[in-house]
Amino acid sequence: MRATVSALIRKDLRLERRSFESVPAMLMFSVSTFVLFHFGLDRGSLEGDLAAGVLWVTVLLASVLGMNRLFVAEQEQGGFDGFLMAPVDRTALFVAKAVVLFCFLVAVELVAVPAFVILLLEPGPGQALPELLAVLLLADAGIAVVGTLVGALGVQTRARDLIVPLIALPLLVPVVIAAAEASSPLFAAGGADPFPGRWLLVLALYDAVFGLLAYAVFDFLLEE
Amino acid sequence: MATTATGASPPAVALEGVGRAYGERVALRDVSFTLPAGATVAVFGANGAGKTTLLRILAGLLRPHAGRACVLGAELPREAYRARGRIGLLGHEPMLYRDLTVRENLRFHARLHGIADGRAEELVERVGLAARADEPLRTLSRGMAQRAAICRTVLHAPELLLLDEPLANLDPGGAAAVAPLIGRGAGPARVLISHDAEQGLAEADHVLGLRGGRQAIWAPAAEVQLGDVRGLYA
Repeated sequence: MRATVSALIRKDLRLERRSFESVPAMLMFSVSTFVLFHFGLDRGSLEGDLAAGVLWVTVLLASVLGMNRLFVAEQEQGGFDGFLMAPVDRTALFVAKAVVLFCFLVAVELVAVPAFVILLLEPGPGQALPELLAVLLLADAGIAVVGTLVGALGVQTRARDLIVPLIALPLLVPVVIAAAEASSPLFAAGGADPFPGRWLLVLALYDAVFGLLAYAVFDFLLEE
Repeated sequence: MATTATGASPPAVALEGVGRAYGERVALRDVSFTLPAGATVAVFGANGAGKTTLLRILAGLLRPHAGRACVLGAELPREAYRARGRIGLLGHEPMLYRDLTVRENLRFHARLHGIADGRAEELVERVGLAARADEPLRTLSRGMAQRAAICRTVLHAPELLLLDEPLANLDPGGAAAVAPLIGRGAGPARVLISHDAEQGLAEADHVLGLRGGRQAIWAPAAEVQLGDVRGLYA
């Protein structure tokens, strides 16, 4: 299965590098949203709960763009048929797509989070950067797992652009709550407050539960 | 089995009363035939007669809603996993990624099937695509893309070829180049959809005619007249 997952990941990353269909759109959306918040809230800077909320809602909405496009090449260019006729474990497609979406999110955040800090945060996360990275990675994993599952479901419907956010956003509410709670003290006005590690555990638990659930049901989503 | 052609066992395809509907619309109804290993059946029928639905059922991509379908000894859909990697499907679409080069596409499929890259290189040479193999598929002509799709279809040396108008878009040189891979005598059993009655009859051991999703003809190719086939399109 490792060889299949690796082949699928390399293929998807190569397609993205050639077509620029997902990451630039997600990035433009994120940065534009931060700019809108910057002017819309009419405040020089945000801190605490409000800053965390703005960051995570933006990341979540940007991720929906990636989910919508995740299986489009498979659906429109016969990739599903080719994959389904090959003698491979079908869950390899789930693992590969989740890793690809995770990579897309990380790539977007490499630019979007600094843009968020510059446009909206005062002071920056400073010493709390490792904790912020941990929250970002765990939240990205949860978004990638659920996004892959919902993307596979949505691509088989005519109303993909509608179905994906309608299913994904409610499922990802726990991720937003846990990620915002975990990162809120990192954005405190007077410097970082003590880090609430229990929210990291909540994120890790969410990732594990939905990871196993998605792994178990993905095969059935590929059935006609 | 309603209709049977004798031959070596196990048969490549054995259908018994197979039917398939899309919602209220019945696309295929009560289709039964047995195709021996290594033999070719030419499938004729007007647009909407159920040819593509039949092909997708045989490929394991659609479930039959009625009857029994057995491909390469595997009962579909229950044992579809046994047939995976043993069937080559050439449909209307090349099933290749437009933004990948021919070589990248074939290497990707080779990895899915656990095949060495050398096989892809060999096929690219054989169909005369070597000079264009590093160009993205979207930049190739439809004929070139069809050659690439044929390489993808036979990459894993399938035991059953499902071919939907395989020579579409190919010039005479292209058709000659792919003939050893998918033509008569290539080795695998073939289910060949064609609208060219003369060519289809020349290529086939058996003929299946579909009209409105129903089996109108099943007979040895030698016993079928051109007029019988043309009548399916009337």
